[in-house]
Amino acid sequence: MSSVEQTYRGRRTLSHLDWLESESIHILREVAGQCANPALLFSGGKDSICLLRLAEKAFRPGKFPFPLLHIDTGHNYREVTDFRDFRAAELGERLIVRNVEDSMAKGTVVLKTAGESRNKYQSITLLEAIEEFGFDCCVGGARRDEEKARAKERIFSFRDDFGQWNPKNQRPEVWDIYNARVHKGENIRAFPISNWTELDVWQYIQREQLALPSIYFAHARPVIRKGSLLQPVTELTPAQSGDLVEEMMVRYRTVGDITCTAPVESNATSLAMIIEETATATVTERGATRLDDQTSEASMEQRKKEGYF
Amino acid sequence: MSALEHIPEIDNGLLRFITCGSVDDGKSTLIGRLLWDTRTILADTLHAIEKTSLKRGNVEVDLSLITDGLQAEREQGITIDVAYRYFSTGRRKYIIGDSPGHEQYTRNMVTAASTANLAVILIDARKGMLTQTRRHSFLTKLLGVPNIVVAVNKMDLVDYDQAIFDQIRADYQNFAMQIGLGKVHFIPMSALTGEMLVDRGDKLDWYAGPTLLDLLEATPSAHSERDERFRFPVQYVCRPLRADRPELHDYRGFMGRIESGSISIGDEVMVLPSERRSRVRDIQLGEISMASAGAEQSVTLLLDDEIDISRGDMIVKPHQLVLVTRRVEAMLCWFSETSLEPRRKYVLRHTTREARAMIEAIEYRVDVNSLEHHPATGLAMNDIAKISLRLAQPICADSYSSNRATGNFILVDETTNNTVAAGMIL
Repeated sequence: MSSVEQTYRGRRTLSHLDWLESESIHILREVAGQCANPALLFSGGKDSICLLRLAEKAFRPGKFPFPLLHIDTGHNYREVTDFRDFRAAELGERLIVRNVEDSMAKGTVVLKTAGESRNKYQSITLLEAIEEFGFDCCVGGARRDEEKARAKERIFSFRDDFGQWNPKNQRPEVWDIYNARVHKGENIRAFPISNWTELDVWQYIQREQLALPSIYFAHARPVIRKGSLLQPVTELTPAQSGDLVEEMMVRYRTVGDITCTAPVESNATSLAMIIEETATATVTERGATRLDDQTSEASMEQRKKEGYF
Repeated sequence: MSALEHIPEIDNGLLRFITCGSVDDGKSTLIGRLLWDTRTILADTLHAIEKTSLKRGNVEVDLSLITDGLQAEREQGITIDVAYRYFSTGRRKYIIGDSPGHEQYTRNMVTAASTANLAVILIDARKGMLTQTRRHSFLTKLLGVPNIVVAVNKMDLVDYDQAIFDQIRADYQNFAMQIGLGKVHFIPMSALTGEMLVDRGDKLDWYAGPTLLDLLEATPSAHSERDERFRFPVQYVCRPLRADRPELHDYRGFMGRIESGSISIGDEVMVLPSERRSRVRDIQLGEISMASAGAEQSVTLLLDDEIDISRGDMIVKPHQLVLVTRRVEAMLCWFSETSLEPRRKYVLRHTTREARAMIEAIEYRVDVNSLEHHPATGLAMNDIAKISLRLAQPICADSYSSNRATGNFILVDETTNNTVAAGMIL
């Protein structure tokens, strides 16, 4: 096929990471250009860590045109929330934290059982924060390769005044002209790394030498095998009688609510080793790590309709 | 192409492509096969597909189920929307725009094709060219997708007969000439068995050309084909005014993405629509300077002179002028369920600029099946028409055929804020 291959040799082509980076910067600047009062959701996780680097490239030497916002379930690892605070301070940007526990105290979040995963209740606290600050756009680190409901979501995704996503009534998104116009009370969720895969994220973290919370790297942790998943043994998720607790070398592929995020067995102590594992992984990121998505094939779609990110 | 065992050193960028066809043509199977043969499908996804295959009474795993969509779609048995899928060969990353075959077809295909650099048009070898083949090809041409591959699929069902392939190729070439399509590649294949997608197989020895993946790997990415005129729509103006950084007091950074062409420090530039001139003092990304930058790079430009520039302005080179105009002739694709009302005002969004727009005339509507022109007084969802627009403020426009990025626009309905149409400037 040499005749075909020659048609691109010798021509300038952006590497795939450069192309993705440039697209994401373009999206962030459109948010800044079109929205009056946006916020960037920063959890301390790897995807939003990439978002912060992209925001630096998009807006430095200026300040970010948005504050950072975290909806804390109260069930996050200390390593991650400490990192969140450290990184915001290092950047000199404003960090707003709103707690699901405050919504529980107010009575807007009512748990069915005390130890229940608070993941889905983040939506309520997020909507309360949007109302409190009057945000017209929230920038998030969701990716289309994560899940099939996400695969069909726009980069600028419209939410009505209940925060709901309607998959049947999305705004057409052509070329890279984005439409962030909303009426008061309505909201845009913008996803600058929509087109990135898990592997792209890790490669970007390596290229940009981004710091991460330590639990992304292999460490010894007591876990219980639950089917194909590993459940960490923590104060929130203690072993039950009959559970076999094993001390294993694990790392997190994604960090979220402790009660519903599973680590994976791994000896990867460096980014290069993580990338090697990601490239040869045999299970998807959500499949390997989400204790809550297994329940129903369409649970992400359902949560998004209710205002979830 | 085998499993991605190591991250290779080669990085041939990223290619976006679409697949055009209905489920009956094997479109979902083709996508499933590409993902499967490049080892993109992981065990848990496969497990879910296996379960569904069994539930539906299939013994073999049905790869087309990989593209199975939302619960809302399954309930209604239709595909609602464009889905984006990703795979990598290690040399190149791919984004597939997968648009549904039936309902709202034109609108979805226009959406998917708008960002594509290559289109795979599927033809069922048993059926040959159909009305929908003409429609897909017309839309591909309308949206300016630069590379076209006609995949003559289901060759396994016609005994891999070369004569059938040759006939379809001749028919299509004839049609391609009529609508003015440039070079088209033809590949005989079977998405079901995998011949000529990633692996050559052993049933199509009479075909000596590239496999589909060979072609995807070799297709030039956007903007690498020719020298283009420099276009830099300003997205955002950076004026740090930070008390902690007095050296930045006079900093004015013009932020945007180079849509085409290239720029170097020292180049003379002109700002439109004001026509003020200056020179490039620095090109930055983050706070790092670079000597030059090219198409598709997001950068910050600093100029020698203090000129008033804001979002919506366009920076060009003085000898590569763009048309500053308040009148636009365009091909328009109507998206909205609410029909176009010629007396209503819409907001036109072009690059980073907005302007109120009025429809002056609908010259004709195109029947996407027969390609005939008809007179029209209004437009309904999925209609395509040639129109003329009058704008309250000027835009800096190129023709879509000369520059996809500065030749496109959308129309927004001001009362609903919905995107109601996509336009290509003539």
